[in-house]
Amino acid sequence: MATRVRDTILGVFGDPETVVAAVDNLRKAGFTGPDVKVLSDTPYPEGAFGESPERHRLYVFPFMGAICGFSVAVLLTVATQIAYPMVTDGKPVISIPPMVNIMYEGTMLGAIMFTVMGIIFESRLPDFSPSPYDARISEGYLGLLVSGPTAKLDTAARALRDGGAVDIVTADGPRARV
Amino acid sequence: MQERRDLPSAKINVDLMDFTLHTPLWFWVVAFVLSSILGLAAITYIFVLYYGLELLGYQNTIVWGFLITNFVFWVGISHAGVMISAILRLSQAEWRRPVTRAAEVMTVFALATAASFPVLHTGRPWRTLYWAFPYDYARGIFPDVRSALIWDPSAIFTYLSSSAAFVYVALIPDLAVARDMTTGWKHTAYAILAMGFRGTGRQWKLQTTAGILLSALILPVFVSVHSIVSWDFAAAILPGYHATVFPPYFVIGAVHSGVSAVATLMAIVRKIFHLEDYITPDHFDALGRLLTVVATGWLYFFLMDVFFGMMGEGTSELEVWTLRFFYAPYSFLIPIMIITSYIIPVPLWLFRKMRRNITVMFWSSLCVNVGMWIERYYIIVPPQSFKQVFSFLWIQSYAPRWADWILVIASFALVSFGVLLFAKLFPIIPLFDIKEGQVLKQELRIGRVKVPAVIRE
Repeated sequence: MATRVRDTILGVFGDPETVVAAVDNLRKAGFTGPDVKVLSDTPYPEGAFGESPERHRLYVFPFMGAICGFSVAVLLTVATQIAYPMVTDGKPVISIPPMVNIMYEGTMLGAIMFTVMGIIFESRLPDFSPSPYDARISEGYLGLLVSGPTAKLDTAARALRDGGAVDIVTADGPRARV
Repeated sequence: MQERRDLPSAKINVDLMDFTLHTPLWFWVVAFVLSSILGLAAITYIFVLYYGLELLGYQNTIVWGFLITNFVFWVGISHAGVMISAILRLSQAEWRRPVTRAAEVMTVFALATAASFPVLHTGRPWRTLYWAFPYDYARGIFPDVRSALIWDPSAIFTYLSSSAAFVYVALIPDLAVARDMTTGWKHTAYAILAMGFRGTGRQWKLQTTAGILLSALILPVFVSVHSIVSWDFAAAILPGYHATVFPPYFVIGAVHSGVSAVATLMAIVRKIFHLEDYITPDHFDALGRLLTVVATGWLYFFLMDVFFGMMGEGTSELEVWTLRFFYAPYSFLIPIMIITSYIIPVPLWLFRKMRRNITVMFWSSLCVNVGMWIERYYIIVPPQSFKQVFSFLWIQSYAPRWADWILVIASFALVSFGVLLFAKLFPIIPLFDIKEGQVLKQELRIGRVKVPAVIRE
């Protein structure tokens, strides 16, 4: 793990155009795909910096959650009615129409909670690994996180500087806490 | 949206994090006043527990009074919060950006406050909870899922937990900014809450997708919750309650009161946090237009409720409406309700100049909620007090007592305190959303004019 941290550097940029130039430089230097990540304080349109599109499976989570929530709701409503089998107005002990309300809420609760878990999981959070970071990113600067073999990091740093990086930060730098 | 201001990221951070990072004197004064009211309410409720529910003005047939009225009112307020946020996110309305979080936060605190009232109203809260949560296994008592009073907690629990999760997910990027702007224990606290968010492309993509996906999932819950609250009444056979129009009527009423509350809240937030660059007359203009439509929809359902009562087969329903329209104090309340909820605000909102006047929007939206509180009162109390078949049930009008008033006032203090505390700990306006608006804004030249535009994927 420690080796991997040393294999990552962060270029700090003042505007999006310089990031695009640096990404092009890095691509020419052999850094592609997941080796290069753009950090920003706001969502930019995907592909704005020439980065690879991100794939995720978030849409699976609500369906899984809905199935779990529905199952729990059915079990809960059926079990409570059987546990206290009181006949009301000659109607069946397990009365489906009023169960629908709770089954609906259970389904939605499951779907929403699984979606939230999915968002966190797919965002790869929590992530407290000591990867390089710079607090200036929160002030509108853009970061370009480059991972690669230690031997190639000098090339990466050069590509970042040539692209217009205002600063290069390593994991050991003073602003690396996340 | 015609107003666009150039706001650099650093300025947005400083402006929107100012209250979170610095504590003005007025915060302590307001917090003290609100805490005092809450303390008074706590003492009052201890009295209620000790002396019994007679302190709440309940009578022979009237057992749902101020506290249940307050419950329905706050559930209503809570509705528009997430609704407005969800609809505006789904429709990618540009003016949503400064509005969404305050609306969502109001939802959470209003709903939590609402949920406490039915429990307080029973007078023995610890014995009531096992109606919803079957902890008393020893006596074999379980929730009766055939009762509307059990549907209600399940719906409110779903909505409350979903709304809280919604707020948290959308807060994560701003927690990262708070982490980067603080030191010491505050930094540690924000860092833990931000979970190491760095703002990678993947994280932003998930954040954007999450906003839309969660909005789409929460909207059906929003509709179901107030429908189910209406079934607390409509599923009963009491004349005046047993109305099929109640679910949509309650939902539109909730939207009317909730969107008005959002307008009131935005006016207050703008004033006290000096956010004139972020919450502009354009936002109030948009809210005013939305409210005009919603208010008219609400009036339609109110009239439908009246007509269904008048045209129904039973005479009891008609008697309830006779009581509401012609016998004091209810006969005074209905005109006040219509005047405050519709006749005063809607004509004002028809004029652009009025919609863009923040003072007018503040008072008119506040006016709506006075009317909407009365609306819940006239829906709930009169059907319990009309003359029923047995003359021993002919009673005096319901008269709330001092304990009712204190608890109702305390509910406003509780929601205000919750929102204030949230704004103290976290940015009440989403920083990343505002920054995204700045990144995506454009100006197009068409002929001789420059027109504001927004880039959309």
